[in-house]
Amino acid sequence: MAKQDNAVDLVGLLAAEKQDLAASWVREVQESLGRRVGAAELDRELRELYEALVEALRQGAQDVHAEQMSEVRALLTELSRNRARQGFSPSETAISVFALKTVLEPALRDGSADTVRAYLQLGRILDGLGLFTIETYTQTRDELITAQAEQLLELSTPVVRLWDGVIAVPLVGTLDSARTQVVMEKLLQALVDTGSEQAIIDITGVPAVDTQVAQHLLKTIVAARLMGAECTVSGISPQIAQTIVALGIEFDGIVTKASLADALKLALRRSGVDMVAHAGVQR
Amino acid sequence: MSDRIPILRIGDILLVSVQFDLEDQTVLNLQEDLAEQIVAKSAQGVVIDISALEIVDSFVGRMLATVAAISRVLDARTVVVGMRPAVAITLVELGLSLGGVSTALDLEKGLAKLRRPASSASQ
Repeated sequence: MAKQDNAVDLVGLLAAEKQDLAASWVREVQESLGRRVGAAELDRELRELYEALVEALRQGAQDVHAEQMSEVRALLTELSRNRARQGFSPSETAISVFALKTVLEPALRDGSADTVRAYLQLGRILDGLGLFTIETYTQTRDELITAQAEQLLELSTPVVRLWDGVIAVPLVGTLDSARTQVVMEKLLQALVDTGSEQAIIDITGVPAVDTQVAQHLLKTIVAARLMGAECTVSGISPQIAQTIVALGIEFDGIVTKASLADALKLALRRSGVDMVAHAGVQR
Repeated sequence: MSDRIPILRIGDILLVSVQFDLEDQTVLNLQEDLAEQIVAKSAQGVVIDISALEIVDSFVGRMLATVAAISRVLDARTVVVGMRPAVAITLVELGLSLGGVSTALDLEKGLAKLRRPASSASQ
């Protein structure tokens, strides 16, 4: 149990010069982070962490995954989550842990061999904690990215009702198979929910159409037809029309219109709505 | 003996309502029964309601096309109504576009489609 005794030595040091060490730790981290974290907040965070770390070491914790470290881990998780959300870089996050090593260095100057050994052991523990911080940081970032991707997917595929029995999907941005799947499902569900027999897919906002995108569109249209609705594709720009012909894509039996207005006119005529312009109205 | 799907008559239209997932033998029975009934009742139209159907395989998909073709030969028009989005997606993924089968969103719209004269329905 020699090791543990060494650790206890260091614990003694950590605990005895608590105020000084914690204060210089806070200063060190504060310098590296600049002014982006409030001084009071940082002070509170690090002091809590310090207390928890000393307590864990006193109980004989040997590495990051020890049971005694659970409090430390919880605090670190919160810290790195906050850093990740506030947009700090991974090194800026990890420095919070590694700065403690720098702070402890002066204790080695007149230290015995035991103190050095204890310092090295603590160094190992701190390295582990640093890695843990990075891991949590990355995890949080990944979660953020996933959540944003989902939001984007939801945002980018609205189904709007243009008239009784006429719905439209304005597509904006590049189409890939995942998005088309969502569009397809949403469109078909909207057909059922609204009881619409006419659907318009508007691709004004789609920058390019290739064979794959065309394939996806065709699938959606055929599926809508299977359910008893008619689909029109609108918003085909001159360039896209040229691409479609050049690629040899055949939109067999699918009505295409240049603008959404034309498509709406057609859909209304198909559903038996007549539009009449009154001569007396000034425009 | 597997289950048989009831075929109901409304005026000169036959209504087939599929209420459970289909087995191959049931499908074959249905084709047979329907052909007989169209002749016996001299029906002008057939409505197949599959709104309760959650799972469709290629066999059922082909059945719908076959039934439509059979009734066309017997001078009756077929409308498939109430297909669920998931089923439609499955059929498209299977490569079955059911060309020549008319479809409608629900039973009401399907009946309305049959009542319209054939010329305007195709427009």
